Amino acid sequence: MNQWKNFSKGFFKENAVFVLFLGMCPTLGVTTTAFNGLGMGLATTFVLVMSNIVVSLVKNQIPEKVRIPSFIVIIASFVTIVELTMQAYLPDLFKQLGIFIPLIVVNCLVLGRAEAFASKNSFLSSVLDGLGMGLGFAMALTILGTVREILGSGSVFGYKFIAGDGILVFVLAPGAFIALGYLIMLVNKINNKTA
Amino acid sequence: MEYILIIIAAVFVNNIVLNQFLGICPFIGVSGKVETAVGMTGAVAFVMVLATIVTYIIQSAVLEPFGITYMQTITFILVIASLVQLVEIILKKVSPALYQALGIFLPLITTNCAVLGVAILTIQKDYTLMEGAVFAIANAAGFGLALIIFAGIREQLELVNIPKPLKGVPIAFITAGLLALAFMGFAGIV
Amino acid sequence: MAKKESTFINMVIVLFLVTLIASASLGIIYSITKEPIEKAKVAIKIEAINKVVPAFNNVPLNESLSVKQDKDSLIIYPAKNDGVTVGTAIETFTNKGFGGKIKLMVGFLPDGTIKEISVLEHKETPGLGDKIENKKSDFSRQFVGENPEEFKLKVSKDGGDVDAITAATISSRAFCDAMQNAFNVYKSLDTENDSTTVKK
Repeated sequence: MNQWKNFSKGFFKENAVFVLFLGMCPTLGVTTTAFNGLGMGLATTFVLVMSNIVVSLVKNQIPEKVRIPSFIVIIASFVTIVELTMQAYLPDLFKQLGIFIPLIVVNCLVLGRAEAFASKNSFLSSVLDGLGMGLGFAMALTILGTVREILGSGSVFGYKFIAGDGILVFVLAPGAFIALGYLIMLVNKINNKTA
Repeated sequence: MEYILIIIAAVFVNNIVLNQFLGICPFIGVSGKVETAVGMTGAVAFVMVLATIVTYIIQSAVLEPFGITYMQTITFILVIASLVQLVEIILKKVSPALYQALGIFLPLITTNCAVLGVAILTIQKDYTLMEGAVFAIANAAGFGLALIIFAGIREQLELVNIPKPLKGVPIAFITAGLLALAFMGFAGIV
Repeated sequence: MAKKESTFINMVIVLFLVTLIASASLGIIYSITKEPIEKAKVAIKIEAINKVVPAFNNVPLNESLSVKQDKDSLIIYPAKNDGVTVGTAIETFTNKGFGGKIKLMVGFLPDGTIKEISVLEHKETPGLGDKIENKKSDFSRQFVGENPEEFKLKVSKDGGDVDAITAATISSRAFCDAMQNAFNVYKSLDTENDSTTVKK
């Protein structure tokens, strides 16, 4: 397996958010600021890599019929670890991300990679797949978060560059949908040109 | 009176899809046709209400008394996964046609953030078991409302000329955004 | 290596083992993070108390009082310098916010005037209701230095002395509601002796 291709596919060709449309809920829910998007992306990457590791190591020990529940328990454990650790050491980020942290467990991206990749590939490939897809996801969330923060609050990672408020709709629900729609359109255009 | 407020808030003001951002994956995947949207809503509603009730009981009877609330994520998702298996088995026997129509989306209810989300929200909002059940039913209704309206719009969009880059998912999201904007108008009610 | 067979006994054992290992690991992580989580929670409270009352040298968290209201509680933190009460911080809330619960930390001076207010939590609309925050607008400044005995804690629309935030009447009303709850609890304190018991 071309490990470079394996790692890099998660950034553009098979980007979780812009191409595969996986993990939509947190994508829309937490990207009110660039920092929140980045935080969530990294938390998800941690869970993705760890669960890929464990699944690729135990894949032959798990009977076919119970693989989904087993994967879920494994993923849920890492999500809880992230929850507890964040609560203890990054309480502000924890409050911002709210309910979306436990929801990492139902992020179709994580279960999807465990099922489609880690359960069928080697330890190394699974680690790189997890890293690539996760960081690609984080990149997408940070981009969307940055766009929404710039347009909606007139700031980037907390640094305000205008006085007062921006176009508020972008930090609210409708703006999330609309911004993401246009970003996907952009990615479509780019992918079509290079296809 | 409390219950009416819970219902109106869950269906319109804090619509689970258009405002809380939960349940988006099936939203994009299933909302192409009104028929499938209705079927999906039924299945989700059933799982959501049952899951909320069962997880509530587990939280108050097991997790809290034993001080193991950190097991919440694992136990809740296992309950949901089991319930979905149950629904699959029942549907296969009772209505094979519907089972076929829903296809892959049935097991996907397990990863529907709306189901897990509502279960967790019920605990966070400190509802009683009865309030929680009403909350779950109302959210399922809100999910269905958003899904069905959206399916209707998408059916119409199929017949229209859309620029290539916007075709498919992008225009769906932009439409959802406008729908969300419309729903914001309900904000003054509660 | 072939996958394990899906016999009933295999499935049960594997699922049981997986859950057992998972629960054990989580139990360990939980016990490690328990203290830091508590510390983080306490740190946030202390920071808020510091903001709203004058300098003190007691430990308000150790002398706190809880008053139940609406499925939640208001918490009173007496601030003392060498045993003499210099201020009382009250953690108050309202459920009438536009987006739900709003939590405030209000600091009262011994004469009943409001020293400072800190917004702990809210889910109000950005650009509108979030102006209850100190850094977003001067809305909360009008309460500072006022004594609720004379300064009516209602918006002018409801006959009070408070200037509401334009286009955010619900958030402003809710803020006043939280302030009123705090003041009611403050008045009920047995301040003749010390601020550590509630008058019967």
